[in-house]
Amino acid sequence: MAEASKMQVTDEVAIQIAGMNKWYGQFHVLRDINMTVQRGERIVICGPSGSGKSTLIRCINRLEEHQQGQIVVDGTELTNDLKNIDKVRSEVGMVFQHFNLFPHLTILENLTLAPIWVRKVPKREAEETAMYFLQKVKIPEQAHKYPGQLSGGQQQRVAIARSLCMKPRIMLFDEPTSALDPEMIKEVLDTMIQLAQEGMTMICVTHEMGFAQAVANRVIFMDQGQIVEQNEPKEFFNNPKSERTKLFLSQILGH
Amino acid sequence: MDQHFARTDMLPPQAPPITERGAVKWLRENLFSTPFNIALTVFGAAVIYYLVSSSLPWWLNSVWNANSLGECRDIVTASAGEGATGACWAMIRQWWGAFIFGFYPPDLWWRPIIAFGLLFAALSPVLFSGQKRKLTALLAVVAAFLLLTLYLTSAPMPAFILLMVFIAGFAAVAQVQPGKLIWFTLIYPALCFWLLWGGSIWTPIVAMAGFGVLYVVFRLASPLIGLSPAAGAGVLAAVLWWLYLEAPVVSALQSVLPFGLQSINSDQFGGFLLAIVIGVTGISFSLPIGVLLALGRQSDMLIVKTLSVGFIEFVRGVPLITLLFTASLLLQYFLPPGTNFDIILRVIILVTFFAAAYLAEVIRGGLAALPRGQYEAADALGLDYWRAQRLIILPQALKISIPAIVSTFIGLFKDTTLVSFVGLMDPLRGVTQIVRADINWKGIYWEPYIFVGAIFFLICFGMSRYSMYLEQKLKTDHR
Amino acid sequence: MAMATDVPKDGFRLSMLVYDTRYRSYTIQIVVLVLFAMAVAWLLNNTVQNLEARGKEFNFGFLWQRAGYDIGQQLVPYTNDDNHFRALLVGLANTLVVAFFGCIFATVLGVVVGVLRLSSNWLVGRLMTVYVEIFRNVPLLLWILLTYVILSEITPQPRDFRLTDEMAAAGEAPAASMMFFDSVAVTNRGTNIPAPLFERGLGSVELGGLSLNLTFLAIVAVVAGSVFVNRRILASARAMQEATGDRPATWWKSLLVLFAPVLVLLVAMGFHLEVPTLQGFNFQGGMLVAHPFTAMVVALSLYTAAFIAEIVRAGIQAISRGQSEAAFALGLRPGRTMNLIILPQALRVIIPPLISQYLNLTKNTSLGIAVSYLDLRGTLGGITLNQTGRELECMLLMMLIYLSISLSISAVMNMYNSSVQLKAR
Repeated sequence: MAEASKMQVTDEVAIQIAGMNKWYGQFHVLRDINMTVQRGERIVICGPSGSGKSTLIRCINRLEEHQQGQIVVDGTELTNDLKNIDKVRSEVGMVFQHFNLFPHLTILENLTLAPIWVRKVPKREAEETAMYFLQKVKIPEQAHKYPGQLSGGQQQRVAIARSLCMKPRIMLFDEPTSALDPEMIKEVLDTMIQLAQEGMTMICVTHEMGFAQAVANRVIFMDQGQIVEQNEPKEFFNNPKSERTKLFLSQILGH
Repeated sequence: MDQHFARTDMLPPQAPPITERGAVKWLRENLFSTPFNIALTVFGAAVIYYLVSSSLPWWLNSVWNANSLGECRDIVTASAGEGATGACWAMIRQWWGAFIFGFYPPDLWWRPIIAFGLLFAALSPVLFSGQKRKLTALLAVVAAFLLLTLYLTSAPMPAFILLMVFIAGFAAVAQVQPGKLIWFTLIYPALCFWLLWGGSIWTPIVAMAGFGVLYVVFRLASPLIGLSPAAGAGVLAAVLWWLYLEAPVVSALQSVLPFGLQSINSDQFGGFLLAIVIGVTGISFSLPIGVLLALGRQSDMLIVKTLSVGFIEFVRGVPLITLLFTASLLLQYFLPPGTNFDIILRVIILVTFFAAAYLAEVIRGGLAALPRGQYEAADALGLDYWRAQRLIILPQALKISIPAIVSTFIGLFKDTTLVSFVGLMDPLRGVTQIVRADINWKGIYWEPYIFVGAIFFLICFGMSRYSMYLEQKLKTDHR
Repeated sequence: MAMATDVPKDGFRLSMLVYDTRYRSYTIQIVVLVLFAMAVAWLLNNTVQNLEARGKEFNFGFLWQRAGYDIGQQLVPYTNDDNHFRALLVGLANTLVVAFFGCIFATVLGVVVGVLRLSSNWLVGRLMTVYVEIFRNVPLLLWILLTYVILSEITPQPRDFRLTDEMAAAGEAPAASMMFFDSVAVTNRGTNIPAPLFERGLGSVELGGLSLNLTFLAIVAVVAGSVFVNRRILASARAMQEATGDRPATWWKSLLVLFAPVLVLLVAMGFHLEVPTLQGFNFQGGMLVAHPFTAMVVALSLYTAAFIAEIVRAGIQAISRGQSEAAFALGLRPGRTMNLIILPQALRVIIPPLISQYLNLTKNTSLGIAVSYLDLRGTLGGITLNQTGRELECMLLMMLIYLSISLSISAVMNMYNSSVQLKAR
């Protein structure tokens, strides 16, 4: 890939998770998670449903609380301190499976809401940024429509643009393509690949193995709430070490 | 951690740390998580303490045996000391008959009881079609309930024997040909009417025969003039039968084969008997009318649509009380001079219309919620309008609207208390007023209202819970 | 390849009226129309015959005859020498005032209960559920009767509030005491509350039979002015935010603008509360609120609040968790998320059923008859009807008035609905 040179991984640590455990009531959902993400890294997390992968990335911006261990994002440790949570959330963007656009606001208002109220950016400037990112996801002409008037693929691209407007240093993707029709998956993946090429630190929960092979520099396989295997994509797909990984890969690549 | 990593042994699940489990965690999360939450908990506890501390002695000092309020108070004072309060349920002991049956003669209470029990037998083929076990279970419960209540109200022997024969027959049919049971559902209204009001047995039979006339005319005429005109002719024939032939036929039959029950006047009805009679009839007749009105409002035909909308908006726009007054004051103007029919019947008609208008709006919501594709699919299958509605559209629309339909029913049942304003003796205002006017019980207020309120609560709450259960059970789409 | 096949031009047969899709709907509509017209004609004919038989005629002239009965609570000045039409207006005003206060209290209570039911506090959540279920599943009439009976039978007589010299000497307290810092006394004759009075009021002017209270008008004008200025403050704050990104704090300005002018005006006019005091065996001064009114407002609010609580709860729950998660993920704080994301969406869900609850409450005021509250139904549909024997006219007029109230409320609701409908494909 031509732009691969831009996809530099630095030594700077973006996210550090150590000995993290989480329970839902009696259920042990995340077990002893240890993970370091460097700035510029692009990580794909995969695994069977219920393996805790969504919960893991939702812990990174504190949509879920963890009960044991440490999560440090950009040097800020996530604790009950609201200031820290605010700081992390304004630097970490998140894209959801079901888009979660605000249906009562236009696309432009969706994009400018957080910059205006959280970053305290003047409205005009926020709108210029918003238009810039809408152009980047190739739908500037939809700016004044409402989310309900857009297709699923367009909505997800708006959701990505909405996160980008906050100028995040890290992006989290929670199965961004699994609620989409097949013909719309590509447009969203293209946007994500473009983002990766620009050097964004990304953690994606996805089953799009093509995407993993194209842009990821590490693939993490989770099962039963724990990290079972992690490796570079090539090694991971061609030479999986663990039986569980092999079984999983045979299931999703088998057809 | 190494960037290349493969786990060989899976970690077993561990128990959460002590602060995260058990009662401690539950209390922390549900009662004491934030200062505001703690304040709420204190507030809630204070309210409960106040309610309990102020009413518990009253409940504990309840008196069940006394002949007047004064006697009650004396008993409370004697047992709990000066200034103590206590409930006087002895009043309920003395007056429960009026609360339940109004002035229906006590030696005939077995008639409404049987009618009430058979209501569930009549409903069973609709509720549990094809589920023999549930049907039998329901029948057993009905039989047990009837035998017990009949025994408690000391019903005469023939009532028991008749009932046993009926239940045995019903159970036998349920075992052999459960499909035929629907016939009982169809004749139940006439049977119920006869049991409640009494009179000649021929009145309900001849009235039901009107439907037979309708059917015969329809079958004979349909090959000649087509379905819709034949249906019209059938209805016309039935109306003629009811208007002109019914009375002479009944009196003729009665003179040949005199058989009947003692007649009961409408003003002897009262209490929950009245509420249930009006409520159940209103509910069962308002549903079909409501469906028709909803279909009319959704129709493409301008005139049909306008009439439906006009009716619905008018009825929903005025209070039920004004409609009840229409029943008691105005109907005499609108009907041919000299017509004078029963006040309960008049009230039922108006209550039915009232509920039907509300149901129509509810069902319209259900119809609107159905995806367009359902209509198109029904058309594509070649179904005509009525078949499409009956087989495809209505079952789904009604299913969606079950919670709203049931809450309309609950509203209707609660509204039956308003009939007291047109002189009928509902349990709330009618009977309670009489009790409170009784010299022995003058000044009693909590007990009758709590008693009547509790019965209403049980029925209405039960209905709403049943609808929630039904909604869960009928949820066939995977969402 | 034009292979247009013509529709076969058969001659017209009678059966086509029923089986041809082109005529079928017309046939049905005409049949329905004819049947409807016949029914109406039949009813009218009966009515005319019945009126004749009773020697009555259909006209509304009786409205201008002397009413001759008293009405306890009157917002429009009225004596028993006024005509039936005036009595009707008094009744209508009584209906509307009960509905007004009922709607306000029911909304406040309902919103609080609905939100508390959603709170994470288990105890309060359960308590609110019990409240909602009890009030929803028991007839409104029971609440009205019970409240009224409690008010008029349990409450003490005015003389029970008396502190005689002997009691003072013996160190005893009177049997009953006033509430809220000795300003409110609930007796079996009514509720005595403080009356707002003005030392230097602006008086009133007569305008064609209606007297306009200038003091009241001045207060309304000042409040309206304050609200207007407050909106300007908010607008300028928004403009500032759009220009620079920083939103100036507005809450103290808003408080100042909203409350200071009206307080100054009240002080200037010498506003004070006249507290009811016991004079001999009865309370003097203040205002006496009759029990039927109190019972109606209390019962209607408690009953309707239970329904409103359910609507509020369902409305907030209808907004998916994803919405607040997305807002949190963008860095919005919970308070902002509520204001900017959840409430605007929840209100769309809440307001239509809320308005239909207001409609129900308004119609339910007609139950005032149970406690002899003289509302529209009690005057026009009650005493006037009985005195004049004009059942037909009174009932029709009354239905018409209720109908126009209902239809105007639903018109407002429809306007609201169409203005906030979410745009979708």
